[in-house]
Formats: sequence, C-alpha cells, structure tokens
Amino acid sequence: MSVKTIAEVEVNVSEEGYLEDMSQWNEEIAKEIAKEINIELTDKHFEVINYLRKKTEAKETLTIRQVGKSGIVDIKGLYKLFPKGPLKFSSKIAGIPKPTSCI
Amino acid sequence: MSTEEKKPLEKVCLICAKGSLEDVYASLVMANGAVMEGIETNVFFTFFGLDAITKKTMNNLHTATTGNPAMRMPGGLPFPTMLGGLPGVESAVSSMMRKQMGDLDMPPVDEFLEMITAGGGKIYACKLAIDMFKLKKEDLSDEISDIITIGEFYEMCDGDRTQIIFT
Repeated sequence: MSVKTIAEVEVNVSEEGYLEDMSQWNEEIAKEIAKEINIELTDKHFEVINYLRKKTEAKETLTIRQVGKSGIVDIKGLYKLFPKGPLKFSSKIAGIPKPTSCI
Repeated sequence: MSTEEKKPLEKVCLICAKGSLEDVYASLVMANGAVMEGIETNVFFTFFGLDAITKKTMNNLHTATTGNPAMRMPGGLPFPTMLGGLPGVESAVSSMMRKQMGDLDMPPVDEFLEMITAGGGKIYACKLAIDMFKLKKEDLSDEISDIITIGEFYEMCDGDRTQIIFT
C-alpha cells in the first residue's frame, strides 16, 4: 500500500493503483484516474461507476453480466465505455477494489 | 533491481474439442476472461465441442456421471458408478450442476458466447467436424464468425505473445 496524490487529494492506493478506501473517492479523482487510462468520462460512465460503487457497498460480487443486466448499459456498450477492461478499468475509476470475479 | 521486462499476453487462441459441461465452460471462462483483460481472443470449436455452439444442444450440455472419478454425491460421498449409469441420472445431475453454476452468476452457454463476442472475441467452427456431423451454418449459434479449417485458425494464431490452449 502506498499514498498517492490524485486530483490534489492524498489517497491510499494498492500496488496496481486501485483505491484502498472507497470513501476517499470523489469525481475529480475518477476523472484523473480515467485520464491515465485514456478514457474521458461522460454521464454514462458515471452511471456505471455509481452502480459499481453501490453494489460494492452492498458487498456484492461484481460481474460484467450484472452490469449488462442493470439496465444502464449492455455488455457491448460497457466494452465501448471501458475498452479492454470493462470491469477492471471501471472499478479502478470507481475507486473500488480490483474485481475478483472471472465473469 | 530486476531488469526483467514484462511481456503481457496479447492473444489467446482456444480450441475446444469436447462437449461435456465442464470442458465447454473451461473454454468459455478462459475466453471471456481473456476478452475482459483486453487480450485478443479466438475460440475454435471442433468435434464434440460443436455441441457448445449448436443451437439445439448448447444450453443442455451434460457432465459424465460414469467414468468420472471426481464425481461426488452432494455432501461429498463417492458417487457409485452403477448409479451414474441409470437412465435419467446423468440428466438430473447435469441440470443440478447447471443450476449451481447459474447461482454463481455463470451464464448459460448462449449468453456466454454473446458476452465473448460483445467484447470483440471471435468464435469459429471447425469445417471438418461440421461436415462430419452433417451440420449447417443455420444449426449454429449466430455468434459464430465463420466455419474455417484448422490451417486458417493457425494463421490467426500468429504473434510472439500468443498462446494456444486446448481443452
């Protein structure tokens, strides 16, 4: 674990750059992390991010299948929003731990 | 200090030649996992593996209840081979297994294939096996990109960060 300053806030991050404490997150941090992955966040991105945060707070295991059924975006759309890392990148931007699911 | 350069996988090519529930899901999980990691993914279904992409059979795959030493009763006791051979047992065990997988949010085969192609993964059927089983393109899932030969599949497996996985 290390401390990193993102969007002028000191946050604890894992070796791979995932926030360790999701309560330290804010939208500016999200934008900053997204920029590193070359993603420009839109409202749709934030809908997905907020959905993931809500599910994480409820201690549910996240899968892209769930996101696809959430009514926010289908799986194809999710890949468009977060290319090459539909769950990995979205989780990183959402300030939640690295996903542990294989689906 | 380690100077070793990391060389992440760029392409995964899977060959699924068996049609039992566990073999097909092994291929599907590995394929979907690769797509989710941003790895280019090709899957080639051949021989009995074709059951996984044939509309009529894809969502009703079985696991073997005979000749499967790892088969256990619920609770962990060994599963008697004689019992596994009785009519209907394999079907019941398989449907129970599919239900348990569903509880873990594992999708049925048709949906799993859609998830793989939604992320840009490609799915192919083997021409030789298709001819052998007398199947037609219409019999297959709409997620199939093409019916190709193994030679054509190998051509897609180029690149020095490519792995071929056979299940």
